Amino acid sequence: MKPFKKRRRGGISATFEIGEAHLLANLAGQVVELLRDRNGAEESDADPLAAQLGMGGPSLPPEDPVLQRLLPDAYRDDPDDAGEFRRFTERSLTSAKVLNAETLIGSLVDGGLTFGELPDELTGDEGDRVEVELDADEVQAWLRALTDVRLSLAVRLGIETDDDAFHVAQSEDAAIAAMSDIFDWLGYVQETLVSALD
Amino acid sequence: MSTPTPVEIAEPDVSSVVELEDPWVTIVWNDPVNLMSYVAYVFRNYFGYTDEKAHELMLEVHNDGRTVVSSGRREQMERHVQAMHEYGLWATLERQDA
Repeated sequence: MKPFKKRRRGGISATFEIGEAHLLANLAGQVVELLRDRNGAEESDADPLAAQLGMGGPSLPPEDPVLQRLLPDAYRDDPDDAGEFRRFTERSLTSAKVLNAETLIGSLVDGGLTFGELPDELTGDEGDRVEVELDADEVQAWLRALTDVRLSLAVRLGIETDDDAFHVAQSEDAAIAAMSDIFDWLGYVQETLVSALD
Repeated sequence: MSTPTPVEIAEPDVSSVVELEDPWVTIVWNDPVNLMSYVAYVFRNYFGYTDEKAHELMLEVHNDGRTVVSSGRREQMERHVQAMHEYGLWATLERQDA
Protein backbone atom coordinates (compact mmCIF):
# COMPACT_ATOMS: atom_id res chain seq x y z
CA MET A 1 0.00 0.00 0.00
CA LYS A 2 1.04 3.53 -0.75
CA PRO A 3 -0.22 5.54 2.21
CA PHE A 4 -2.85 8.26 1.99
CA LYS A 5 -1.55 11.61 0.79
CA LYS A 6 -3.12 14.93 0.11
CA ARG A 7 -3.31 15.75 -3.59
CA ARG A 8 -2.41 19.19 -4.83
CA ARG A 9 -5.76 19.54 -6.58
CA GLY A 10 -7.61 18.53 -3.43
CA GLY A 11 -8.70 15.04 -2.55
CA ILE A 12 -6.80 12.39 -0.64
CA SER A 13 -5.41 9.37 -2.42
CA ALA A 14 -3.83 6.02 -1.64
CA THR A 15 -2.88 2.96 -3.65
CA PHE A 16 -3.67 -0.58 -2.51
CA GLU A 17 -2.40 -3.89 -3.76
CA ILE A 18 -5.27 -5.83 -5.28
CA GLY A 19 -5.27 -8.30 -2.38
CA GLU A 20 -5.41 -5.46 0.14
CA ALA A 21 -8.31 -3.87 -1.71
CA HIS A 22 -10.19 -7.18 -1.72
CA LEU A 23 -9.54 -7.60 1.97
CA LEU A 24 -10.83 -4.10 2.77
CA ALA A 25 -13.95 -4.55 0.65
CA ASN A 26 -14.58 -7.96 2.16
CA LEU A 27 -14.29 -6.74 5.75
CA ALA A 28 -16.48 -3.70 5.05
CA GLY A 29 -18.99 -6.03 3.37
CA GLN A 30 -19.12 -8.16 6.51
CA VAL A 31 -19.95 -5.09 8.58
CA VAL A 32 -22.76 -4.25 6.14
CA GLU A 33 -24.17 -7.77 6.38
CA LEU A 34 -24.04 -7.78 10.14
CA LEU A 35 -25.82 -4.42 10.38
CA ARG A 36 -28.41 -5.51 7.82
CA ASP A 37 -29.12 -8.67 9.80
CA ARG A 38 -29.84 -6.48 12.78
CA ASN A 39 -32.49 -4.59 10.87
CA GLY A 40 -33.83 -7.50 8.88
CA ALA A 41 -33.06 -7.74 5.19
CA GLU A 42 -36.10 -6.00 3.73
CA GLU A 43 -35.82 -3.15 6.20
CA SER A 44 -32.19 -2.37 5.57
CA ASP A 45 -33.07 0.22 2.94
CA ALA A 46 -35.82 1.64 5.06
CA ASP A 47 -37.32 5.01 4.28
CA PRO A 48 -34.82 7.43 5.84
CA LEU A 49 -37.58 9.59 7.27
CA ALA A 50 -39.09 6.61 9.05
CA ALA A 51 -35.62 5.73 10.30
CA GLN A 52 -35.11 9.26 11.54
CA LEU A 53 -38.41 9.21 13.36
CA GLY A 54 -37.37 5.97 14.99
CA MET A 55 -40.43 4.15 13.79
CA GLY A 56 -40.35 0.61 15.03
CA GLY A 57 -36.69 0.67 16.01
CA PRO A 58 -35.51 -1.92 18.54
CA SER A 59 -35.18 -0.87 22.17
CA LEU A 60 -33.09 -3.80 23.36
CA PRO A 61 -29.34 -3.91 22.69
CA PRO A 62 -28.15 -6.48 20.13
CA GLU A 63 -27.02 -9.89 21.35
CA ASP A 64 -24.11 -10.13 18.97
CA PRO A 65 -21.05 -8.70 20.74
CA VAL A 66 -19.81 -6.96 17.58
CA LEU A 67 -23.15 -5.21 17.09
CA GLN A 68 -23.14 -4.32 20.78
CA ARG A 69 -19.91 -2.45 20.21
CA LEU A 70 -21.05 -0.81 16.95
CA LEU A 71 -24.41 0.19 18.44
CA PRO A 72 -23.68 0.85 22.12
CA ASP A 73 -26.06 2.07 24.82
CA ALA A 74 -26.20 5.84 25.15
CA TYR A 75 -27.11 5.66 28.84
CA ARG A 76 -24.79 3.59 30.96
CA ASP A 77 -26.81 2.97 34.10
CA ASP A 78 -30.35 3.48 32.92
CA PRO A 79 -31.77 0.67 30.76
CA ASP A 80 -35.09 2.51 30.28
CA ASP A 81 -33.49 5.67 28.93
CA ALA A 82 -31.04 3.57 26.92
CA GLY A 83 -33.91 1.59 25.40
CA GLU A 84 -35.90 4.69 24.56
CA PHE A 85 -32.89 6.36 22.96
CA ARG A 86 -32.11 3.22 20.99
CA ARG A 87 -35.69 2.94 19.75
CA PHE A 88 -35.50 6.42 18.27
CA THR A 89 -31.95 6.44 16.96
CA GLU A 90 -30.58 2.99 16.24
CA ARG A 91 -32.09 2.73 12.78
CA SER A 92 -30.48 5.94 11.59
CA LEU A 93 -27.15 4.99 13.18
CA THR A 94 -27.28 1.62 11.45
CA SER A 95 -28.14 3.21 8.10
CA ALA A 96 -25.28 5.68 8.46
CA LYS A 97 -22.83 2.88 9.21
CA VAL A 98 -24.06 0.82 6.26
CA LEU A 99 -23.69 3.84 3.98
CA ASN A 100 -20.16 4.51 5.24
CA ALA A 101 -19.07 0.94 4.59
CA GLU A 102 -20.70 0.94 1.16
CA THR A 103 -18.98 4.21 0.31
CA LEU A 104 -15.63 2.61 1.18
CA ILE A 105 -16.39 -0.33 -1.09
CA GLY A 106 -17.57 2.07 -3.81
CA SER A 107 -14.29 4.00 -3.70
CA LEU A 108 -12.38 0.76 -4.19
CA VAL A 109 -14.60 -0.19 -7.13
CA ASP A 110 -14.06 3.28 -8.62
CA GLY A 111 -10.35 2.63 -8.18
CA GLY A 112 -10.57 -0.49 -10.33
CA LEU A 113 -11.49 -3.27 -7.90
CA THR A 114 -13.56 -5.99 -9.52
CA PHE A 115 -15.18 -8.90 -7.75
CA GLY A 116 -15.27 -11.42 -10.58
CA GLU A 117 -12.33 -13.74 -11.09
CA LEU A 118 -10.12 -12.42 -13.84
CA PRO A 119 -8.11 -14.70 -16.08
CA ASP A 120 -4.43 -14.41 -15.18
CA GLU A 121 -3.48 -12.84 -18.49
CA LEU A 122 -5.76 -9.88 -17.78
CA THR A 123 -4.18 -9.03 -14.45
CA GLY A 124 -1.15 -7.22 -15.75
CA ASP A 125 0.70 -4.51 -13.86
CA GLU A 126 -2.09 -2.03 -14.44
CA GLY A 127 -4.67 -4.27 -12.82
CA ASP A 128 -2.58 -5.16 -9.79
CA ARG A 129 -3.31 -2.00 -7.90
CA VAL A 130 -6.32 -0.06 -6.80
CA GLU A 131 -5.89 3.67 -6.52
CA VAL A 132 -8.54 5.47 -4.54
CA GLU A 133 -9.06 9.19 -4.55
CA LEU A 134 -11.40 10.46 -1.86
CA ASP A 135 -13.34 13.70 -1.73
CA ALA A 136 -14.25 15.29 1.61
CA ASP A 137 -17.42 13.22 2.08
CA GLU A 138 -15.68 9.98 1.18
CA VAL A 139 -12.90 10.77 3.65
CA GLN A 140 -15.50 11.02 6.42
CA ALA A 141 -17.08 7.73 5.36
CA TRP A 142 -13.70 5.98 5.21
CA LEU A 143 -12.66 7.20 8.66
CA ARG A 144 -15.86 5.84 10.18
CA ALA A 145 -15.98 2.64 8.15
CA LEU A 146 -12.35 1.79 8.94
CA THR A 147 -13.16 2.34 12.61
CA ASP A 148 -16.19 0.04 12.43
CA VAL A 149 -14.14 -2.69 10.73
CA ARG A 150 -11.40 -2.36 13.36
CA LEU A 151 -13.93 -2.42 16.21
CA SER A 152 -15.49 -5.57 14.74
CA LEU A 153 -12.15 -7.35 14.41
CA ALA A 154 -11.15 -6.32 17.92
CA VAL A 155 -14.29 -7.89 19.37
CA ARG A 156 -13.67 -11.11 17.43
CA LEU A 157 -10.06 -11.12 18.65
CA GLY A 158 -11.18 -10.50 22.23
CA ILE A 159 -9.27 -7.23 22.50
CA GLU A 160 -10.72 -5.47 25.52
CA THR A 161 -7.66 -3.80 26.99
CA ASP A 162 -4.51 -2.23 25.60
CA ASP A 163 -2.56 -5.31 26.77
CA ASP A 164 -4.87 -7.68 24.87
CA ALA A 165 -3.86 -6.12 21.56
CA PHE A 166 -0.25 -6.89 22.38
CA HIS A 167 -1.04 -10.46 23.45
CA VAL A 168 -3.03 -11.44 20.36
CA ALA A 169 -0.15 -10.19 18.23
CA GLN A 170 2.04 -12.78 20.01
CA SER A 171 -0.51 -15.58 19.64
CA GLU A 172 0.76 -18.99 18.58
CA ASP A 173 -2.58 -19.65 16.90
CA ALA A 174 -1.83 -18.84 13.27
CA ALA A 175 -5.39 -17.72 12.50
CA ILE A 176 -5.43 -15.30 15.41
CA ALA A 177 -1.96 -14.00 14.58
CA ALA A 178 -3.08 -13.43 10.98
CA MET A 179 -6.21 -11.59 12.06
CA SER A 180 -4.11 -9.55 14.44
CA ASP A 181 -1.83 -8.56 11.55
CA ILE A 182 -4.88 -7.40 9.60
CA PHE A 183 -6.08 -5.45 12.61
CA ASP A 184 -2.70 -3.71 12.87
CA TRP A 185 -2.61 -3.04 9.14
CA LEU A 186 -6.05 -1.41 9.25
CA GLY A 187 -4.76 0.79 12.05
CA TYR A 188 -1.89 1.80 9.79
CA VAL A 189 -4.27 2.59 6.92
CA GLN A 190 -6.39 4.75 9.19
CA GLU A 191 -3.38 6.45 10.73
CA THR A 192 -2.12 7.52 7.31
CA LEU A 193 -5.60 8.79 6.43
CA VAL A 194 -5.86 10.85 9.61
CA SER A 195 -2.40 12.32 9.18
CA ALA A 196 -3.08 13.17 5.53
CA LEU A 197 -5.91 15.39 6.72
CA ASP A 198 -3.68 17.70 8.78
CA MET B 1 -42.88 70.18 34.52
CA SER B 2 -43.13 66.64 35.38
CA THR B 3 -40.99 64.41 37.42
CA PRO B 4 -39.94 61.13 35.99
CA THR B 5 -42.01 58.22 37.17
CA PRO B 6 -39.88 55.59 38.80
CA VAL B 7 -39.74 52.57 36.60
CA GLU B 8 -40.13 49.23 38.22
CA ILE B 9 -37.40 46.96 37.13
CA ALA B 10 -38.33 43.34 36.94
CA GLU B 11 -36.17 40.94 38.82
CA PRO B 12 -34.50 38.53 36.44
CA ASP B 13 -36.13 35.14 36.54
CA VAL B 14 -33.43 33.11 38.18
CA SER B 15 -35.26 29.80 37.90
CA SER B 16 -35.22 29.86 34.09
CA VAL B 17 -31.48 30.50 34.07
CA VAL B 18 -30.95 27.51 36.31
CA GLU B 19 -33.05 25.41 34.01
CA LEU B 20 -31.06 26.45 30.94
CA GLU B 21 -27.93 25.37 32.70
CA ASP B 22 -29.45 22.09 33.75
CA PRO B 23 -26.29 20.21 33.06
CA TRP B 24 -26.02 17.06 31.09
CA VAL B 25 -22.67 15.82 29.93
CA THR B 26 -21.32 13.76 27.06
CA ILE B 27 -18.67 11.31 28.20
CA VAL B 28 -16.22 9.53 25.91
CA TRP B 29 -14.78 6.27 27.28
CA ASN B 30 -11.40 4.78 26.59
CA ASP B 31 -11.21 1.75 24.33
CA PRO B 32 -8.19 -0.25 23.13
CA VAL B 33 -9.07 0.14 19.46
CA ASN B 34 -9.44 3.76 18.49
CA LEU B 35 -6.23 5.50 17.52
CA MET B 36 -5.16 8.47 19.62
CA SER B 37 -4.75 10.53 16.46
CA TYR B 38 -8.27 9.64 15.34
CA VAL B 39 -9.87 10.46 18.69
CA ALA B 40 -8.15 13.87 18.71
CA TYR B 41 -9.24 14.36 15.09
CA VAL B 42 -12.88 13.64 16.02
CA PHE B 43 -12.76 16.14 18.88
CA ARG B 44 -11.33 18.80 16.54
CA ASN B 45 -13.54 18.03 13.61
CA TYR B 46 -16.86 17.44 15.33
CA PHE B 47 -16.74 19.74 18.36
CA GLY B 48 -14.52 22.33 16.70
CA TYR B 49 -11.98 22.25 19.53
CA THR B 50 -8.48 23.61 19.02
CA ASP B 51 -5.61 21.17 18.45
CA GLU B 52 -4.48 21.75 22.00
CA LYS B 53 -7.89 21.22 23.62
CA ALA B 54 -8.63 18.15 21.48
CA HIS B 55 -5.28 16.61 22.34
CA GLU B 56 -5.80 17.31 26.04
CA LEU B 57 -9.25 15.67 26.02
CA MET B 58 -7.91 12.69 24.09
CA LEU B 59 -5.17 12.20 26.72
CA GLU B 60 -7.74 12.44 29.51
CA VAL B 61 -9.75 9.64 27.86
CA HIS B 62 -6.61 7.59 27.41
CA ASN B 63 -5.19 8.11 30.90
CA ASP B 64 -8.32 8.38 33.05
CA GLY B 65 -10.52 5.95 31.14
CA ARG B 66 -13.17 8.59 30.46
CA THR B 67 -13.67 12.29 30.16
CA VAL B 68 -16.42 14.86 29.70
CA VAL B 69 -16.19 16.27 26.20
CA SER B 70 -19.25 18.49 26.24
CA SER B 71 -22.01 19.74 28.54
CA GLY B 72 -25.38 21.36 27.99
CA ARG B 73 -28.97 20.47 27.29
CA ARG B 74 -29.96 16.84 27.26
CA GLU B 75 -31.15 16.82 23.62
CA GLN B 76 -27.88 18.36 22.52
CA MET B 77 -25.89 15.73 24.44
CA GLU B 78 -27.98 13.00 22.82
CA ARG B 79 -27.05 14.35 19.41
CA HIS B 80 -23.38 14.35 20.41
CA VAL B 81 -23.54 10.77 21.66
CA GLN B 82 -25.22 9.65 18.46
CA ALA B 83 -22.49 11.40 16.43
CA MET B 84 -19.73 9.80 18.55
CA HIS B 85 -21.28 6.38 17.96
CA GLU B 86 -21.22 7.01 14.24
CA TYR B 87 -17.52 7.85 14.52
CA GLY B 88 -17.11 4.58 16.42
CA LEU B 89 -16.19 6.23 19.71
CA TRP B 90 -17.76 4.84 22.86
CA ALA B 91 -19.84 7.63 24.37
CA THR B 92 -22.65 8.02 26.89
CA LEU B 93 -24.57 10.89 28.41
CA GLU B 94 -25.62 11.50 31.99
CA ARG B 95 -26.56 14.24 34.39
CA GLN B 96 -23.52 16.16 35.50
CA ASP B 97 -24.14 15.39 39.15
CA ALA B 98 -24.89 11.73 38.48
